[in-house]
Amino acid sequence: MTVAVHMRAPLSLLPLRLDDVVFEVGARRIIRGISMTLEAGPRTVILGPNGAGKSVLLRLCHGLLPPTAGTIRWNAPELPGGPRQQAMVFQRPVMLRRSALGNVTYALKRMGVPYGERRERALEALRRVGLEPFAGHAARVLSGGEQQRLALARVWALRPQVLFLDEPTASLDPGATHEIENVIGALHAAGTKIVMVTHNLGQTHRLADEILFMHEGRLVERAPADRFLKHPASREAAEFLEGELPW
Amino acid sequence: MNSIAEAAGQAFLLVATADPKLVGIVLLSLRISLAAVLIGCTIGLPIGAAIAVNEFRGRRTLTVILNGLMGLPSVVVGLVVYLLLSRAGPFGAWGILFTPTAMVIAQAILIMPTIAALSRQVVADAWEEYREQLLSLGESRLGAAATLLWDLRFSLVTIVLAGFGRAASEVGAVMIVGGNIDGVTRVMTTAIALETSKGDLPLALGLGLILLAVVLALNAGAHVVKETAQRRYG
Repeated sequence: MTVAVHMRAPLSLLPLRLDDVVFEVGARRIIRGISMTLEAGPRTVILGPNGAGKSVLLRLCHGLLPPTAGTIRWNAPELPGGPRQQAMVFQRPVMLRRSALGNVTYALKRMGVPYGERRERALEALRRVGLEPFAGHAARVLSGGEQQRLALARVWALRPQVLFLDEPTASLDPGATHEIENVIGALHAAGTKIVMVTHNLGQTHRLADEILFMHEGRLVERAPADRFLKHPASREAAEFLEGELPW
Repeated sequence: MNSIAEAAGQAFLLVATADPKLVGIVLLSLRISLAAVLIGCTIGLPIGAAIAVNEFRGRRTLTVILNGLMGLPSVVVGLVVYLLLSRAGPFGAWGILFTPTAMVIAQAILIMPTIAALSRQVVADAWEEYREQLLSLGESRLGAAATLLWDLRFSLVTIVLAGFGRAASEVGAVMIVGGNIDGVTRVMTTAIALETSKGDLPLALGLGLILLAVVLALNAGAHVVKETAQRRYG
């Protein structure tokens, strides 16, 4: 009974609270004490120069890396070994040697979705990203843009509460980028919390509600997107915005 | 030079006429080595994959040992299995020494480390690429090992073949635990060794040709499978 209730309305993962999180590799301190709270709702974009620790911060939040010090706490943590309520899209999508459909049903299987429902749900997700005609194609021979859309179809099928994206369009052309942004927008509209790392200021303009600006492992500034892009408060952010090319 | 040509001629005749004695030896060889490969893979592939995706103390040492065992001398395996299965040994009661079963066991032990070590390498390389994605999807380590074994199935074909090649071509282990009994435990390699020492070069050469052909055909087949699959699945 309890299980059935949970499946229909899973407890909210958010807010996510980071408390003085530090991450070190050897003697190198990559994240130097970050405390913040991520709330449900606004699309959060993490900006910052190379080496600021953006991708590492995403991985810490998603649980792919353990913090060296500090705590990372979800409102309602996922059960270890249980289905995940959060997903991540990487810069380079990783597909299994199966069909596009098979890659989505694989993820659904991990989520504990019953066999009978997987195919229909996967096809619906492929339709959502315009990949239904490629359902039977081998995933790894699809183009880069198609593979990234497939990665998002996989996410769509999982319906996670939180989606982390690590420069999802960094290696894509403008057309593919546009398609990816559409899907991200649709996921946001469907209630998924978006947390994205990007280098692309145009994309930031289009997608961000709030900005987390990182510099050398620290969270330097946090502000609504409009304000940050027009009037950055910190010197580092101002320099960064000046240096980045606006596309 | 003449004797080689003569022997080759007679060997072709034996092969062409499907000499029953020759066919019996070849079939027994294939049966034993295929069974050994099946057992070796059932144990070796999961072990290799599990070592590749799990981080634990002593993993490096285990890997070094496993790689070292690839060079296991077949006569040593034969000797150990012989001691285990001989009447006075711990498994003497089974009474399987000098039977094809004993030969399967010896060959399986011989090739298992090879299959485990090579598959560990292949899975570990792929794990680098897949790790974050699979863990992100909530996959467990053991689940990831199974997923990777299936995902790498075309690369693993080569490893299975390497195992079969080693099993089918070794002579030391099967000679010791099988005893080279005519019609019971005589396989291609032991027959070649025996017939050569007896001077029956045509039979030895015929068997040699078949052994070579089998190994070549299997490798060619695997190559085609791998190429086609790679084009199809990327």
